[in-house]
Amino acid sequence: MTKIFVENQAYEVEDGQSLLHACLSLGFNLPYFCWHPALGSVGACRQCAVKQFRDEKDTRGRLVMSCMTPAIEGTRISIADAEAVAFRKGVVEGLMLNHPHDCPVCDEGGQCHLQDMTVMTGHDYRRTIYPKRTFRNQNLGPLLNHEMNRCIQCYRCVRYYREYAGGTDLDAFRLRNVVYFGRHEDGTLQNEFAGNLDEICPTGVFTDKTVKRHYTRKWDLQYAPSVCVHCGLGCNISPGERYGTLRRIVNRYNGEVNGYFLCDRGRFGYEFVNSPKRMRQPLLLKDGKPQPVAKARAMEHLASVLRGNKKVIGIGSPRASLESNFALRALVGPERFYSGLSNAGQRLTAAALEILRHGPARSPSLRQIEQADAVLVLGEDVTNVAPRMALALRQSVRQQPMRAADQLKIPHWLDHAVRELAQDQKGPLYIATPAATRLDDVATETYRAAPDNIARLGFAVARALGASAPEVSGLSEAERALAARIAEALKSAERPLVVSGTSMNSEAVLQAAANVARALFAAGRTASLSLAAPECNTLGVALLGGGSLTEAFKAVKSGSADTVVILENDLYRRAPAQEVEEFLSCVRHVVVLDSLATPTVEKAELALPAGTFAESDGTLVSSEGRAQRFFEVYVPGGDIQSSWRWLREIMLGAGQREAAAWQNLDDVVASIASAIPELAGVAQAAPSASFRIAGAKVPRAPHRYSGRTAMLANIAVSEPKPPEDPDSPLSFTMEGSPDQPPSPLIPFFWSPGWNSIQSLNKFQEEIAGPLRGGDPGVRLIEPPTGANGSYFTDVPNSFEPKAGQWLLVPLYHIFGTDELSCLAPAITELSPEPYVMLNPEDASALQVAEGVEVTVTVGGATHRLRIRIAPGIAKGLAGLPAGILPLEGAGLPAWSGISRA
Amino acid sequence: MEKVLTRYIQPDGVPLDARAYERAGGYESVRKALRMAPKDVTETVKQSNLRGRGGAGFPTGMKWSFVPTGPNAPRPKYLCANADEMEPGTFKDRLLLESAPHQLIEGMILAAYAIAADVAYIFIRGEYILAIERLQKALAEAYEAGYLGKNIQGSAFSLEMYVHASGGRYMCGEETGLLNALEGKRANPRTKPPFPQVSGLFGKPTIVQNVETLSNLPHIINNGPEWFKKLSKSEDSGTKLYGVSGKVKQPGLWELPMGTTIRELLEEHAGGMREGLAFRGVLPGGASTDFLTAEHLDVKMDFGGVQKAGSRLGTGTMIVLDDRTCPVGMVRNLEHFFAQESCGWCTPCWSGLSWSEQLLTSIEEGRGKPDDLEKLEFICKFCAPGNTFCALAPGAVEPLQSALKYFREDFGRHIQAQHCPWR
Amino acid sequence: MLSAEERHEIEEELKRYPSKRAVSIDAMKIVQRRRGWVSDEALRDIAELLEISADDLDSVATFYNLIFRKPVGRHVIMVCDSVSCWIMGYDRVREHLTKRLGINMGETTPDGRFTLLPIVCLGTCDHAPAMMVDQQLHRDLDAEKIDKILEQCS
Ligand SMILES: Cc1cc2nc3c(=O)[nH]c(=O)nc-3n(C[C@H](O)[C@H](O)[C@H](O)COP(=O)(O)O)c2cc1C
Ligand code: SF4
Ligand code: FES
Repeated sequence: MTKIFVENQAYEVEDGQSLLHACLSLGFNLPYFCWHPALGSVGACRQCAVKQFRDEKDTRGRLVMSCMTPAIEGTRISIADAEAVAFRKGVVEGLMLNHPHDCPVCDEGGQCHLQDMTVMTGHDYRRTIYPKRTFRNQNLGPLLNHEMNRCIQCYRCVRYYREYAGGTDLDAFRLRNVVYFGRHEDGTLQNEFAGNLDEICPTGVFTDKTVKRHYTRKWDLQYAPSVCVHCGLGCNISPGERYGTLRRIVNRYNGEVNGYFLCDRGRFGYEFVNSPKRMRQPLLLKDGKPQPVAKARAMEHLASVLRGNKKVIGIGSPRASLESNFALRALVGPERFYSGLSNAGQRLTAAALEILRHGPARSPSLRQIEQADAVLVLGEDVTNVAPRMALALRQSVRQQPMRAADQLKIPHWLDHAVRELAQDQKGPLYIATPAATRLDDVATETYRAAPDNIARLGFAVARALGASAPEVSGLSEAERALAARIAEALKSAERPLVVSGTSMNSEAVLQAAANVARALFAAGRTASLSLAAPECNTLGVALLGGGSLTEAFKAVKSGSADTVVILENDLYRRAPAQEVEEFLSCVRHVVVLDSLATPTVEKAELALPAGTFAESDGTLVSSEGRAQRFFEVYVPGGDIQSSWRWLREIMLGAGQREAAAWQNLDDVVASIASAIPELAGVAQAAPSASFRIAGAKVPRAPHRYSGRTAMLANIAVSEPKPPEDPDSPLSFTMEGSPDQPPSPLIPFFWSPGWNSIQSLNKFQEEIAGPLRGGDPGVRLIEPPTGANGSYFTDVPNSFEPKAGQWLLVPLYHIFGTDELSCLAPAITELSPEPYVMLNPEDASALQVAEGVEVTVTVGGATHRLRIRIAPGIAKGLAGLPAGILPLEGAGLPAWSGISRA
Repeated sequence: MEKVLTRYIQPDGVPLDARAYERAGGYESVRKALRMAPKDVTETVKQSNLRGRGGAGFPTGMKWSFVPTGPNAPRPKYLCANADEMEPGTFKDRLLLESAPHQLIEGMILAAYAIAADVAYIFIRGEYILAIERLQKALAEAYEAGYLGKNIQGSAFSLEMYVHASGGRYMCGEETGLLNALEGKRANPRTKPPFPQVSGLFGKPTIVQNVETLSNLPHIINNGPEWFKKLSKSEDSGTKLYGVSGKVKQPGLWELPMGTTIRELLEEHAGGMREGLAFRGVLPGGASTDFLTAEHLDVKMDFGGVQKAGSRLGTGTMIVLDDRTCPVGMVRNLEHFFAQESCGWCTPCWSGLSWSEQLLTSIEEGRGKPDDLEKLEFICKFCAPGNTFCALAPGAVEPLQSALKYFREDFGRHIQAQHCPWR
Repeated sequence: MLSAEERHEIEEELKRYPSKRAVSIDAMKIVQRRRGWVSDEALRDIAELLEISADDLDSVATFYNLIFRKPVGRHVIMVCDSVSCWIMGYDRVREHLTKRLGINMGETTPDGRFTLLPIVCLGTCDHAPAMMVDQQLHRDLDAEKIDKILEQCS
């Protein structure tokens, strides 16, 4: 710890920080713009000036920028010093010279860092009378608005976009007071993390375009702590609602998980909640057509179908909560519960889980991934499968070059100094995938190959690390040398990391990754192993156990089942259409719970409208193995409710009395904990519904929430009683405790004087550190630490191309692969058309040019697809877009011919 | 007086070629230095008390001593000659570049040898076409004669030297802006510390030195530090290229002992004011220095002397204000330049300077308001040293703050009369 | 498309720097010397050669005043508007030029012969006022001298 003096008062602060960081951590209100905890200091805006004194006797002092000055032992500063106060006020005055003062019509109004800082510094009168400079705005695509006149030239946008997120198509143009932040020409921003500009920009230049269509002020939204459902990483989010529609998503800081940033799928995918495809009422099949029916009628029907029925099975879902899956499992009994994962998905997830359980490598949090200093990626196109992890990996390559900064005593937060020293140097990051990835630009080396060869490279790296790992025969000289280089890089790192996952549908790839991690342990290195999971609760549903979809199909075929309850799962996305059709036609009763009218819903005898993440409570287990609770943002209209609540009612209707004990979410969680010891920790993911702060609940709405007495006046003049929430300690109003809730219960960040997202500073134990009381979530899987255990030994044979045949492999898309986000119009717009990707040599062998239509047969179905030619894809492979084509369950990788349409 | 910097300059300004230059004593210092240990070269320069001629006056030898040396020092190391010369009113380096390119190259070899630099760039203004041509030619000759390239003069020392012509911006002259420009980036300045001596061009140890500073080095090595000190009339050693522009009888540039007074420059060398004009003030060292007035005529033009009088020696090239030129107009012209050249990085500079230009324009055009002077004073304080990221803005407000002090009445007359009294 | 000579010249420059990006300004000047300015197309070609984005290169291009991102006339007149020239009669020079050419500062004559631009101090303050026409410096300007210079430009 370091002792510093602020206004002559002694304080202890963490070592090695900037004064700004230290002061904010101490809770002082010190304004800033260009500094950002994730981006460090560059001293551009000059807003953070304080007076620094040499010693006790120095009374004159001098102004310094607190963000650029280290807090070293004995540093004496004054924030309140008159000269410092006047200077800071002047900075805002300078920034406002050209600002349009258009807060009333600005999307940022009410959550604007510039507004907050203007008030904080006391600048309140415009002394200049001259014309302001004006700019032309650009169309930056469907995600972000551009309103350059509001710019204050803090450079945060380009620093974030280029230096942090690795984007190349946003830049600063011109100079002096006319610096223009935009693109070289109009067009959609290409970086997958562009949406964070909405929060990075301290004013209203970059704002969320999806919000524009249903704009609502920050203070008029009702929020809840939530978790993103669009991939397996479990980023924390704050969704906001008004008038029964979801209006936006903002980042909810979790120091161990997403930190300050989300990916664009997570930020903009929310509009599926408002989709016209939503089911709002039960649908009962009548004359071959689904007809809306009253809830009571639906429940009666269901009771008649289920009561005494011994042939019911349940198909769960990796996109439904643990609670809902568990409730289904309780309804049908553990042996008749199927996870809802495809055959391959089930096998691979189980394999991944086994690897994580046995260790020795631990699955790292995203923060730890960021700090890895050598990385091997086996098989995952990280940006498109686990997007936020790609942003973390981008930071990891800075770890090794940062050591040179340590030698010159340049603090890491002195951002440009560190970057200028490091220049283009990058720490080791090796990527082995079938096709090019969006991280290749920072990769040390890439290896493009078929899944089997990717696995073989992994096995070879393990072997190069330790002679007890299995030998890989038949490697080329180049492959052997590459494996040796990778091994060397990993071995000489302090925090090596192996990233893999299930997207290659290859157990061998997973095993190879596990071997590398094991070999590193054997060589005395504490490696971590991150295995990406495709969906928000893939790991959770795998922890519940249960058979795969194919096994469910078999159960029906064998006649041991004739009724199926399907939970939030569109089977057509999990298995070939033919098999699904066959299955559904064999089943006597198909009951589906889902939020959307999927093709499976269309086949249901009875469909029940389930709440989306925004309209229900539950727990998800991320690929890290972290259980996190999400809470209902608002009470949905119609008959929509959490699936687990439907299932509870169904159980009661079917005479299963044990469900009566489930009064609220906590009761379901308690049942899970007692039924499955590995999930016991789930109860600690968030405080229980009975939690109170000084007797009060945690308000979901900000205290300035307006129109409450009037907003429903068109329906009834008297203000209705706010809805009850038996499932959480959160209230559906602005009433409740004004105090900061425990971290898993923070619905939104706000603090007096800090209306923007920057108010987060007030919620952290330490700036950029954990939230007060620790970050949300409970890790469920902690492997034993010893390096015991044995290597996997099934090294696959080398991939052999076949004449006239291509090995079909799935390729993933941040916009397109995920089922739910694809229904958000902005995401739909960015999703690619179906295609088949070939290497240029293969394309010319096939005599097809870019864009030519061909037919490919996958999982029994024949698709007409356009050719995409990409040098990045390995020879002999044909890439198909996962999710956009139903590839899960199609048994990829598989061989197929390609013929001209 | 002994000619030093201008020693090799021919009356027609055409530079000596390498042969002729050698015959006149050129490159002698290289041979001498190569027999010395690099640290002794640094030591000699330190003892000579040579201070930088680019404006800041930092002791040259001391700057070199911060460069890491020895077998573990990062490589390559770089030397950059700052030949950007874009400060209005400054026209000294152009003479040295156009007429004595070999002297600069010779000086650069010495500096590079002292810090064990591997590569040297001459960063020169893009508009200095003639100088660029002559430098290119001189460089080719120097390579030819074995003063550049591998194993210079049979020694173990090697040095590559290139000319880089700027894309044009005042900020390129600021030493860290220069480094960014050389890296092909926007010429925003860099954080200091770390200083370029430890992390500079391409992240490697780098020295940036003004052309005039470097041109002194051969003579210091040849004649020793004591000789160099004695050239001057003041505490600061050596000679200086002094210039005078404005409405004087003979504007020009002269090499004179350091410490020559303003009066001597103005009256003896520049021939006094033009007929019918009276002296009102002077920017002693280029556009970014404070005005001095008649009471300062006996100030010695050295680092300490000018500073004591409330201004800076700067580049030693003075701009004279006469009584028929509007001081408000002059300051408006200056602030227009600085506002235009602000790199746009830090708020006081990009916002304050453009505001000052707006205020000055409106005063000059007869639209001034009584409280405009307060606002201008605010901007001067706003842009004070330490408040901005680099020295551009503090330099920019020097003429403004001193004009407000010395010519306040003139500003007042503009505002009262609502027009410029000089028009 | 970059011409073979342009490409060659840029590649020669690349030998002098440890990074490709470092050549961005030189490369644009090489192209500009031949074409008068740097078009969007040229910008993209150079960016591709240097393996940076067009946005990155344009960011650099728009910072520097000697890189022209708009077409210019056959002759570019750059008139010093800095302090010494201002004292010595910049206003007269500018007025004479704008009247003679019938254009304002920053414009190009309709016949594409001249572009008139202000420039900062040309480092010849003892011979103010001054201007540069193409590669040539002209000093101690007066109306007569200016007319002669203009006449010599085809
Ligand atoms: C805005 C600005 C412009 C500058 N322009 C020049 C210049 O054109 N030439 C120069 O030698 N120094 C210039 N300097 C000073 C340099 O930053 C640096 O101090 C100098 O090159 C160091 O060399 P010296 O020690 O030999 O003087 C400038 C400084 C600033 C702040
Ligand atoms: S003072 Fe600030 S804006 Fe001005 S040139 Fe320096 S860094 Fe750029
Ligand atoms: S926050 Fe310190 S200068 Fe911008």
